[in-house]
Amino acid sequence: MTTEVRQAAAVALKGVVKDFGTTRVLHGLNLTIAPGEFVSLLGPSGCGKTTALRLIAGLEQLTDGVIELGGVDVSGTPTNKRDIGMVFQAYSLFPHLTALQNTLFGLQMRKTPAAEARQRAAEALELVGLADLGDRYPYSLSGGQQQRVALARALVTSPRVLLLDEPLSALDAQVRLQLRLQIRRIQQTLGITTVFVTHDQEEALAISDRVAVMNAGHIEQIGTPEELYLTPATPVVAAFVGMSSLVRAVIRGDQAWAWDIPLPVLGPPTTGDCEVFVRPEHVHVAGAGDPRFEAVVETSTFLGSMRRTLFRTDDDQLITMQHDVSETFTIGTRVALTIAPVPVAVRRVKTRCATVRASD
Amino acid sequence: MSATAASTGTRPRFRRVRGWAGTLGLAPFTAYVGLFLALPTVLAITTGLLDVNGHLTWHNFSALADPVVLRTFWASIWLSLLTAAIGALVGALVCYALLGIASTRPVRVVVDAAASVLAQFGGVMLAFVFIATMGRNSIINQWLTGLGINIYASGMWLYDLPGLILPYIYFQIPLMVITFMPAMAGLKPQWAEANAVLGGSRWTFWRRIGLPVLAPSFFASYLLLFANSFSAFATAAALASQGSQIVPLQIRAALTSETVLGRSNLAGALAAGMIVVMVLVMTGYAAVQRRAGRWRS
Amino acid sequence: MKTSFVPGRATRWIIAVIVGAFVLIPLLATLEYTFRDRTGHSFAHWAAIADPAKASVYKPLWTGLTNSLILAAVTIVIVLVLVAPTMILVNLRFPKLRRVFEFVALLPITIPAIVLVVGLAPVYRVVGHLFGTGAWTLAFAYGILVLPFSTRAIQANIDAISLTTLTEAARSLGASWFGVIWRVLAPNLRGGLLAGSLISVAVVLGEYTLASLLARQNLQTALVIVNQSDAWVAVIFSLLALAFCFLLLLVIGRVGRVGSSRKEQA
Repeated sequence: MTTEVRQAAAVALKGVVKDFGTTRVLHGLNLTIAPGEFVSLLGPSGCGKTTALRLIAGLEQLTDGVIELGGVDVSGTPTNKRDIGMVFQAYSLFPHLTALQNTLFGLQMRKTPAAEARQRAAEALELVGLADLGDRYPYSLSGGQQQRVALARALVTSPRVLLLDEPLSALDAQVRLQLRLQIRRIQQTLGITTVFVTHDQEEALAISDRVAVMNAGHIEQIGTPEELYLTPATPVVAAFVGMSSLVRAVIRGDQAWAWDIPLPVLGPPTTGDCEVFVRPEHVHVAGAGDPRFEAVVETSTFLGSMRRTLFRTDDDQLITMQHDVSETFTIGTRVALTIAPVPVAVRRVKTRCATVRASD
Repeated sequence: MSATAASTGTRPRFRRVRGWAGTLGLAPFTAYVGLFLALPTVLAITTGLLDVNGHLTWHNFSALADPVVLRTFWASIWLSLLTAAIGALVGALVCYALLGIASTRPVRVVVDAAASVLAQFGGVMLAFVFIATMGRNSIINQWLTGLGINIYASGMWLYDLPGLILPYIYFQIPLMVITFMPAMAGLKPQWAEANAVLGGSRWTFWRRIGLPVLAPSFFASYLLLFANSFSAFATAAALASQGSQIVPLQIRAALTSETVLGRSNLAGALAAGMIVVMVLVMTGYAAVQRRAGRWRS
Repeated sequence: MKTSFVPGRATRWIIAVIVGAFVLIPLLATLEYTFRDRTGHSFAHWAAIADPAKASVYKPLWTGLTNSLILAAVTIVIVLVLVAPTMILVNLRFPKLRRVFEFVALLPITIPAIVLVVGLAPVYRVVGHLFGTGAWTLAFAYGILVLPFSTRAIQANIDAISLTTLTEAARSLGASWFGVIWRVLAPNLRGGLLAGSLISVAVVLGEYTLASLLARQNLQTALVIVNQSDAWVAVIFSLLALAFCFLLLLVIGRVGRVGSSRKEQA
């Protein structure tokens, strides 16, 4: 902790505002990233995450606020003087240069002596596992290979920050999984500060030290993957990170009551009707003496290491349970379920739901 | 059930009939192209091999070595080299100016339409336009004369070879715009951004990335422009009503009068000579274009 | 701090003004020329087009224009009835022949009209025996001349729709081959067929080489003839023809946009 305080932040966004014409896409963003940290900007498309990244790169102009790299305000520094590395979504390799020549480009811009440059470029290609493909042109490389060359090209200059703009989104699922592990491994080896933009929450949770969940131009919550998953600060985060069933409840005292099951509540205290986010792994078959509710099996899905079963409750709500594969349920069976007393995120209920409950 | 049985029973026969019908379907077009493209081309080349009496002769082809013919070919070639070069450079600048403007915007729609008209359909009309613009009685010549400048001091060159240069450039520029615009529009914003992120300047982008990437397309377009002016006839025919300053005009002379340079079927030999040049140019064009396309995909 | 290669506003304007001047000055100077008379400027030459006293001088123009329009119509028929169905057939049944077809369609660029005419002269002696020497017979050759342009427009449309999938879908729903072409493919290829037809019209209206050397009358040969007795009316008709072709191509631009937006959706 003490080193973090003494050392300047690798990246700092202070009150960053960005307008496109009359539309405001970022509303005063604040974000501090420690040296060597891997931070993801996660959110649905149009939330401003890519704009934030491009502002750090200097590819967009700030409307207001300050961006600092290594404690120095770079708001007036052009992109080519910021000493950053960036990997784009796709098609950013120069088509007339080989993988090696692409990798050499940044070093040549920095006037690195030719011999040293060649050695460093070769090392960078080796780092991403493409040592043999240095003389291939981009058009003869697969999408995954192209992105790895792009990664080598971004890393070879040892930039102070690595910016990744959805680099995996154009790839096949399997390559995606493989490459994201490789990116994380390389990042940890080099200890390079990294900002990663993605709309895939699983990807963000898997790869990051911290994740900033963005929505409509501001940060909803920033925290470790565990924090986001276990203690979502806002309903948006709860809905976006991980899987949940939305269940009607009533707040009484400091607890939410769903089907007379008391659940601890996250976030600021509220009263009255609400909805709570229940994780599938917290739903269980009720044991003797457990508070319970009855539901009928709708569908059950086999997922390899586990099974997810969807139930319809007597008051016509849907709830998902995650359980061991050995446990099987026949569709239409009636089962008594319970919810583990784990803190849940709460959302104020819409009026329509309230009236439905009133008529019950 | 019976319907299924019937359809499975007829399918193979139906397929075979359709196969025949399919091949037959290509026949009309093949015959048409054979009669009005292949046959004339073959005839154009081979008539040069015949004398008046229909006997084989090299006499006409030996005319291709005649100094007059050689000079005409050379005139055609340098006129094409020059106007293609100027047209390609100016046209590329126009493409650059249009960069970043969506093809659906009114400016682009108007420029595209104007470029197509001026590139392909000028011909005779273009000659008239330049006579009206630059002829002795034109407003521009009167104005220049008023300033004491006589552009025709050394003779009336508008109706001669030098007079072809401006009208040819006039249709070369728009052709360049049409053929080069797709390549220019194929430049990806990510390349400029990657260049900047890697420390390159705007100048570095053009020198190291933009121009090298565009070079094959530019060269391909240049060859196409060359072919275009090399084969152009109408503008020259309407401007230069006499003389055979370039090869197409020489073919006209050979076709309309019985004997030129003492040879009866000279047109065929000249046509064959033109085809040789055109095939060379278009083969080069195809090769360069393939290379350009590889990068763009 | 620009990271884009898009030119600045000033650069755009400088290029636009210089090249625009080179393109527009001849057209404007020509327009000025048509308004001249002995004393100054008037509409005299434009009015003369409708003057009965001069009708005999201008007669070749009207004949040529009529012939060119007939030629345009026959050429469109060739494009729609011969070329387009062949393209559909090649794309559906003989995809391997696509490259061959493309090569053939682009050949007329490699073989200049002035070369083609040398070989067409004997061919047209036979055509003359079979169909007479009417100007419309030129359309056979014009169908070849427009091949590079008409096929490009139609092929762009074919590439934008998934021809094979549409056909298979229609076949699986029980359509006959005629039904496939008439009720499914033709409506979807309307844009390309229209653009291909319009560009053919533009090419035909501007054609001079074949008509002049095969001794047929069309708009362009008539312009040359009339130019010798009345340069003004030739210039006026030239400007009008250029304007007309420009409008045609504006229409193609709009039609093409429909095609391209469809492609973006796919």
